Amino acid sequence: MVSTFPTESAVWDALVHVTDPEIPVVNIVEMGMVRGVEIVGGRATVRFTPTFSGCPALHVIRQDIERAVAPLGFETVSVETVISPPWSTDDITAPARAKLEQYGIAPPDPAGESDPFVTLELSPVSCPRCGSFDTRMTASFGSALCKRMYVCNACKEPFEGMKSV
Amino acid sequence: MTDLTAEQTQALIARLTTLADDDLLLSHRDAEWTGHAPILEEDIALANIAQDELGHAMGWLELRKTLDGSDPDVLAFRRGPEQFCNSALTELPKSDWAFTMVRQYLFDAWEALWQDAAKASPYGPLAQAAALALREKRFHLQHTAIWVERLALGTPESERRTREALNAVWPYALGLFEPLDGERAGIDAGLLPDPTQVKARWLPLVTTHFERCGMTPPNAEPVARGTHTEHLAPLLTEFQDVNRQYAEVTVW
Repeated sequence: MVSTFPTESAVWDALVHVTDPEIPVVNIVEMGMVRGVEIVGGRATVRFTPTFSGCPALHVIRQDIERAVAPLGFETVSVETVISPPWSTDDITAPARAKLEQYGIAPPDPAGESDPFVTLELSPVSCPRCGSFDTRMTASFGSALCKRMYVCNACKEPFEGMKSV
Repeated sequence: MTDLTAEQTQALIARLTTLADDDLLLSHRDAEWTGHAPILEEDIALANIAQDELGHAMGWLELRKTLDGSDPDVLAFRRGPEQFCNSALTELPKSDWAFTMVRQYLFDAWEALWQDAAKASPYGPLAQAAALALREKRFHLQHTAIWVERLALGTPESERRTREALNAVWPYALGLFEPLDGERAGIDAGLLPDPTQVKARWLPLVTTHFERCGMTPPNAEPVARGTHTEHLAPLLTEFQDVNRQYAEVTVW
């Protein structure tokens, strides 16, 4: 019998349409949140890794994944949460980083090994509006768990930057 | 490794429940600042930290679920005060800003160092959960360490309040390192960090930080684990109120 269920790449194509609810210009694939897709018979399993463990958008993203994949014609779609290796901002693709910057969010620095002690920002953060490195952090927590607040001393604009995790 | 003895499973359950309970209560205390913090940025920061603590509590309870099939929501919302395993540190009322920052700083340092040690646990699910939580926790530690410094070296009034907070919080913070009933089997097997070793890293870290800020922690005996204050019951009444009122609701 020939399988009539869609291929793995069709699932990946569908997942590209699932955006991050808190940063709608980027999708979950380019954010590095999809760890794998598996198809066994009529069952599609999407392995998904949360960004921050307390992220309030998690339920929405899981639902969106099911909504995006179900119409392809599977009997069941399941979303499996994977926490290892933990999601890192290093998993964000180059095109997505460019989109973040265009959207006004400074992309994160390379994260490196996770140590219990973070020092203050090692390298200066570039203003997504004018490109100046003459910027300063004004708040270490922002409108979402993944972001911080900055202000640019050159163009005087406030902006958000992504934490490196 | 996959094979845990009954004692080791119980040890893991005891520690995971304690971690979750501390995170749940601290999350509630931090969230009480929403709309009341001294500046808007701190309102947002405390809301972020509360959200992280809640996420971590969920992570520990999900892990417990894989060991004994317990329901995280039932554990969080349906246990009474006598069943909570938190340290008294996390149930104390939020008090003033200096108290909130000193408590959070001492707790953050403890939890970050515990998680750092737990990353090496041969029990994979714990090592993974600890690694994930630590990535987020270190931002709290950075934030609260700076606040402690700012308050201690600020005005005479902020200095006074910080000193009072340190004296009040210290015996409770020492209580975080008290061993749990039944935890020994997990520590001896190397599955769980030894709180004594975590304390050996914590003590010089926080003492040095306070000394840089011109303060010395008091000589005090730890408040033993399992000692609850009169503040826990009212906290739980508020925390569990919605769930208890609408028991039949499963989707919000």
